[in-house]
Amino acid sequence: MSVTADTSASLESLLASREIIVFCGSGGVGKTTTAAATALEAATRTSGRVLVLTIDPARRLADALGLDGIGNIERRVPEDALRAAGIETSGELWAAMLDTKASWDDLVLRHAPDEETAYRILDNRMYATVTGRFVQSHDYIAMERLYDLHASGRYDVIIVDTPPTRNAIDFLEAPARMAEFFGGRLLRWLTAPYRVGGRRGARLIHFASRPFYQLADRVLGKQFLQDIAEFFLNFQAMYDGFNARAQAVQQLLHERRTGFVVVTTLESSPLREAQFFCHALEEQRFHLDALVLNRVLPSWLCEPSALAAAAQLLDRALPVAEDLVTTGASALSDVERTARVLLAAASMFRDYSALAEQEAQRRDELSSARSVVATVPILDEDVHDIAGLHRIGKELFTT
Amino acid sequence: MTAGRLDLLDRRLLFFTGKGGVGKTSVAAAAAALGAERGKRVLLVEVDAKGNLGALFDHPPIGFGPMQVRPNVHVMQMRTDESLREYLRLHVRVPALGGIGPLANVLEFVANAAPGVKEILTVGKICWEVHESVEGRAPWDLVVVDAAASGHVIAQLDAPRAIQELVQVGRVRTQTEWMIELLAAPEITALNVVTTPEELPVSETIELVGRAREELDVPLGVVIANRVLPEPLTRGDDAIVTALRLPDSAAILDRAVGSGAVGVLDALDLAAALRASRAPHLERLRQSVDLPIVNLPALFGSDPAQGVVDQLAAALAEELGT
Repeated sequence: MSVTADTSASLESLLASREIIVFCGSGGVGKTTTAAATALEAATRTSGRVLVLTIDPARRLADALGLDGIGNIERRVPEDALRAAGIETSGELWAAMLDTKASWDDLVLRHAPDEETAYRILDNRMYATVTGRFVQSHDYIAMERLYDLHASGRYDVIIVDTPPTRNAIDFLEAPARMAEFFGGRLLRWLTAPYRVGGRRGARLIHFASRPFYQLADRVLGKQFLQDIAEFFLNFQAMYDGFNARAQAVQQLLHERRTGFVVVTTLESSPLREAQFFCHALEEQRFHLDALVLNRVLPSWLCEPSALAAAAQLLDRALPVAEDLVTTGASALSDVERTARVLLAAASMFRDYSALAEQEAQRRDELSSARSVVATVPILDEDVHDIAGLHRIGKELFTT
Repeated sequence: MTAGRLDLLDRRLLFFTGKGGVGKTSVAAAAAALGAERGKRVLLVEVDAKGNLGALFDHPPIGFGPMQVRPNVHVMQMRTDESLREYLRLHVRVPALGGIGPLANVLEFVANAAPGVKEILTVGKICWEVHESVEGRAPWDLVVVDAAASGHVIAQLDAPRAIQELVQVGRVRTQTEWMIELLAAPEITALNVVTTPEELPVSETIELVGRAREELDVPLGVVIANRVLPEPLTRGDDAIVTALRLPDSAAILDRAVGSGAVGVLDALDLAAALRASRAPHLERLRQSVDLPIVNLPALFGSDPAQGVVDQLAAALAEELGT
């Protein structure tokens, strides 16, 4: 179902029909706060257990929910904290953040054929480097963790905030890519000369006979190849479990119970990425449910009468200021100062109006192609607490 | 190891990172433009293939090979598969990859999918350009990198060290050694963080600066506060605005400039509120980060005669001094 196909879609109806809602969009558009606000509203509007999962390495959700150091274990947002913000929930709000290392360790312990293999993997130098330091492993483990939480059956709705990948579709492909990587021809190739020696005592045999190994040896050195081979040989023992899991994750993401929400602002670059992302989601047959416009400037900035007034003031601030002296207001007695304020107001209006005009234009172009499900106006305060999330939540659910 | 702001452009290698959406691409482009204006031959590297660096210079999309976008500014887009090919050609003396059969396909896969390889190929290529320039074999006086976002940049800049830990001997080990040295040299390299005066970007900046100090051996340069909103009024002007809203004043304004006057005054309130909401974050940034902070103004796009890059470059020049 695409946004265009169902114009009556709302976040409310989404909560009723989806078990997983994935929020995506480019960095800086307010994805995390929007996801958290949606989760908060879900917990106030339904009686279910709602989990918001942030899989971003930075601690954004923790900031927004006023929780420090929420880790891999889900934590319930205390009712007291909600009540203190004037919110009565009918459901429960839970939050979790992704701990990449802990999630990988869990995964290895689960899929390894026996404990010995599991610990051989966990102790391998390659393992720590590959899983801890390198970026793609976050993407993969995020999807893996989502699957796990969903399978636990503990939550009625899971709302997911996605990693800030530049190419927003990356994380969706991560499970498939990982499975491909661990099961692929490349690894069979890489590890072929070691297999003969058995899993434990990986030894090079016929090393010099193939150009690839000659090359690899010259570039990387023998020890590295040996480490890598040992690591992957051990990892391959988990391949079946791994592969089955990656496929299950893919399937879950494609099912009707998983919906996607694309969040964007009306700035040109995030919007361009959002459109690309919507397109990619539809092309790969994910259920794109909603497009949310965040931090939209108010429409009164585009009022023709205000524009005209601003133009007039830019031209004639001084005579107008002279007129204003006749009000007798003491604050307006200094003509030049009044004129300066009028000029400042007019030029400020002109600046913001130009921005709002650009936004309106982009919005028109956008809405001819897709229907926007919710709009959140730019707020004159930061959202870093529950009350702020609630304010956004109300906007999300009333538009 | 902290860079003074004055000598920032005298380095050879400037990384710009920051939370997604804070405008680090535009800031990197502005730094490159400013370097060029000061007579340096600049290579600007786009690390995450978003492909709009070319557009910022009104230039069609750009690939791996550096293309000149204006006098003294070349732009290239990082591509790890190309980087690997180049590496093999230069260092392993593999004449043509076609000669080793399916290896070419495998290599492409390795370059794009194998964990860690992407990072080292990216940072390796960047270091190589600087290394060659220092040795006089490449033309760049300055290499400016629109680097990975703050969540990823540590992994990227740490890649040579990570690889070195893994690889005990061989050519790669030797090569990571000079990379690590180059990245750690304060007269050559600076890592700069771009932020906006908002809650999360500032938090991420503080966190990143802390992590960079702890986990990396790369000198920090400056923090750039981008999109700082202008102060619409000066102290004491509030009374005037309040007086302008009184019925008598409103009537005069209505007669003089029409009914839209109210909206104009409302914009002043909006501007003041937005600025006020950001001020505490700038303050927090100043207090929590002991690096020079460079302020760049929000651009409203109402001055289309001068492009974003040049407007920012002018503002940057003003802040950095000469």
